Amino acid sequence: LRPPAVSSKVFVQRDYGSGTISKFQTKFPSELESRLDKQQFDETIQTLNNLYAEAEKLGGKSYLEGCLACLTAYTIFLCMETHYEKVLKKISRYIKDQNEKIYAPRGLLLTDPIERGLRVVEITIYEDRSIGSGR
Amino acid sequence: RRNRGGLLNQRSFIVTDPERSFPGQRSRSPRRKWQLLPGRNRFYCDGRIMMARQTRVFYLTLVLILLTCGLFFTFDCPFLASHLTPAIPAVAGVLFVFVMATLLRASFTDPGVLPRATPDEAADLEGPTGEGVLNPPPRSREVLVNGQTVRLKYCFTCRMFRPPRASHCSLCDNCVERFDHHCPWVGNCVGRRNYRFFYLFILSLSFLTLFIFAFVITHVIIRSNRTGFLSALKDSPVVVCFFSIWSIVGLSGFHTYLISSNQTTNEDIKGSWSTKRGKDNYNPYSYGNILTNCCAALCGPLPPRSGLLLSTTVLASSPPSPLPPLPPLPPLPAPPPPLSPPPLLPLPLSPPLLPPPPLLPLPLSPPPLPPPPLLPLPLSPPLLPPPPPLL
Repeated sequence: LRPPAVSSKVFVQRDYGSGTISKFQTKFPSELESRLDKQQFDETIQTLNNLYAEAEKLGGKSYLEGCLACLTAYTIFLCMETHYEKVLKKISRYIKDQNEKIYAPRGLLLTDPIERGLRVVEITIYEDRSIGSGR
Repeated sequence: RRNRGGLLNQRSFIVTDPERSFPGQRSRSPRRKWQLLPGRNRFYCDGRIMMARQTRVFYLTLVLILLTCGLFFTFDCPFLASHLTPAIPAVAGVLFVFVMATLLRASFTDPGVLPRATPDEAADLEGPTGEGVLNPPPRSREVLVNGQTVRLKYCFTCRMFRPPRASHCSLCDNCVERFDHHCPWVGNCVGRRNYRFFYLFILSLSFLTLFIFAFVITHVIIRSNRTGFLSALKDSPVVVCFFSIWSIVGLSGFHTYLISSNQTTNEDIKGSWSTKRGKDNYNPYSYGNILTNCCAALCGPLPPRSGLLLSTTVLASSPPSPLPPLPPLPPLPAPPPPLSPPPLLPLPLSPPLLPPPPLLPLPLSPPPLPPPPLLPLPLSPPLLPPPPPLL
């Protein structure tokens, strides 16, 4: 079974309305209309936005981590992961999970935004071979 | 070294580079992702250390700091420790360690380089092609950030619209997030990921130079009880050193102002948020109060490096493993339409603004020149570079 060919790619851009925090636009791309429900797409993007907000949240915990790091001359990160890194791992697990459950069965693939410098969510659309071919 | 995974796995580190190897032939040398990064950076320790191409001035900074601290510890500290208190060399030692740690951290850390747009992404921005000719996108795009209109410029090198506050450094040939300036003394750009290290470096260096200056003066005064104050003073180039310290302290003060108002050097120089531009012009990134701005800049969460720059990642441009068979979908009404460019406002070209200086003139990052310690007589004034002009 040869791998499906890439038909096109959709790029979900960043939403800078609230500043430089990592947030993606929830506008549903028209190219996905035939493959995906708007609601599922919305849910994926909203969850990603919430996870990034959690990673970049300013609060007591992040300040404590920053101060502790400064006091140890940032050597503490040789043995400990930052909160941001932990959340990024969580995001990458979530994307893998979404791909397996929702996107791959529809011939789509989400690329982790960190691979693109958190600038876009790249969705690859594979050509649909279900028409005409029995399975 | 094992190839552990495909597209979704970021942990593998064997790389095959389909773009460069000949079709049908496996690439012989495994490569890391950072080796394929365009741009003029230098990498050491398997991509963990990232610096600019020109590092000569950085070595000068190192030499100056090590030399003057070395001289202070060798010639002044024994005298001060025995006549005053041993706490003096101890405090100087702690400051010195902090200065070196923050300097190295500022120099070696990835400032927040944005990976360039993939060909697909660039094509998406450039719009539908006609006969193989790509239409370049408009030069800028306007977005509303917290109620303030911000113009996003298109970067022709990186082929993408730069996020707000990002800028392209022509020395390193990269777009850097929250670009502050390119510091030759540190040998790297100062951006989102290493700004706090840079600030702590100049702050601790100010304290260190003031500390050394104060105790060299003390040493001169104590010694002058024997030889006379004026004769002891004329032998040490205090006046020259006073100007150098003024520059570093001034720079720290300037950056303290920038941090408290959440601006970058780039924005301040261009006057982006100045009320001179317009009555309603304000900084949309500021949190409103000085304390939050400072805390966010210095103790906020530090974003990790962008995925493409990690040393232990696999290049994922090869197609992934076969997807599971597609379930029956409703018949498609029509082939998917070609990708249309996102709706962009047609804007007249902005009047020429001051181009962001990737390399600031020297006065903004003066060399660290604490006063040399008092050497035993006879003393000839050591050769010092001319003092940098005041900020």
